[in-house]
Amino acid sequence: MVGATIPSQAHVRQKIQVVPLAGLPVVAVAVVFVALSIGFNWRWGLMFNHVVGGGLWTGIDLFVGFVIGPILGGLSIPARAEFAARFMPKMVIIMPTVVMMTLATGFQVARQAGNLAASSPNHAWLIVSFCVVGVMAAVALSVLEPANIAVLYEMNKPVPNGERIGRLMKRFIYTAGITGAMQIATLIIMTRLGSR
Amino acid sequence: MSTTNAPHPVAAGDRPMPPVAWLSSVALCLVIVGGIVLASDAPRAAPLGLVTAFLIVAIALMVMAAGMLVRIKEFAWATFGVVFKWALLAYVVVSGMIEFAFVHDHTRGSSLVLVTLMLTVFALSVPTTIAFTTARFVDPT
Repeated sequence: MVGATIPSQAHVRQKIQVVPLAGLPVVAVAVVFVALSIGFNWRWGLMFNHVVGGGLWTGIDLFVGFVIGPILGGLSIPARAEFAARFMPKMVIIMPTVVMMTLATGFQVARQAGNLAASSPNHAWLIVSFCVVGVMAAVALSVLEPANIAVLYEMNKPVPNGERIGRLMKRFIYTAGITGAMQIATLIIMTRLGSR
Repeated sequence: MSTTNAPHPVAAGDRPMPPVAWLSSVALCLVIVGGIVLASDAPRAAPLGLVTAFLIVAIALMVMAAGMLVRIKEFAWATFGVVFKWALLAYVVVSGMIEFAFVHDHTRGSSLVLVTLMLTVFALSVPTTIAFTTARFVDPT
């Protein structure tokens, strides 16, 4: 409820677990799988991690940027806060994991395919994809993720500041749109690379 | 969920703060650009002068950010510490994986030193930005 404070309700509200510990074993499995795939030059493992990680990363970014983001933008601040309290802890675990799966193995896939060689016809496309990933990383790591964690901490306070949550969520909505647009560029580049 | 828009007694986060997050974010951008330059030239030797210049500026920005951070008088250090610790753990794992990939791909010598230092800046800058952004909105008392 904006502009109103109900301390009794606020105090009984469940604490939000910023990092969902139950998800950490899954992350550990993904880290070990990626490390083994790279260490043993395991072609299927590399491709699996790159395709699954990349597919999830792109899909989630597009869905969040162009479907969830505009919906959130139209909601009241308390409704945004309710949604964020359940949604963001999951993103804290999911996104770094899928990004790590995609990037660590993607570089190896490119190397094995010979796309890193300057003489490769795919080399220029690869560099463009590095730049797109660089923009996404800069936006996600310096704006999106800090805002996510700050929102979760704000919501864990006995009386969260709705105006502040709204301000931080705006960052989330705009940057999710930017990363969504970058993911369209990634789709064009990757399908182009795959069809040559 | 109950929230309030009423002014808080201590408006943490609304106080002026030094641009710690900006500096660490620019440092992050510089190592990302350096990483792109290095990766674009792999497995050939990359133009190390350019990458070294990016790295030096990034390290200088991180040192400035740390200097500004420790000078803040009233700050939620406990919150900063908890968030920084967890974020550092996550980004050390990510950096370790990237380092492993470069070592596995036979990156050696000066290039490996640069990669290691850039990954160190990466692993420190992201937790700094996250922890500072979170702690600045927390009441220091």
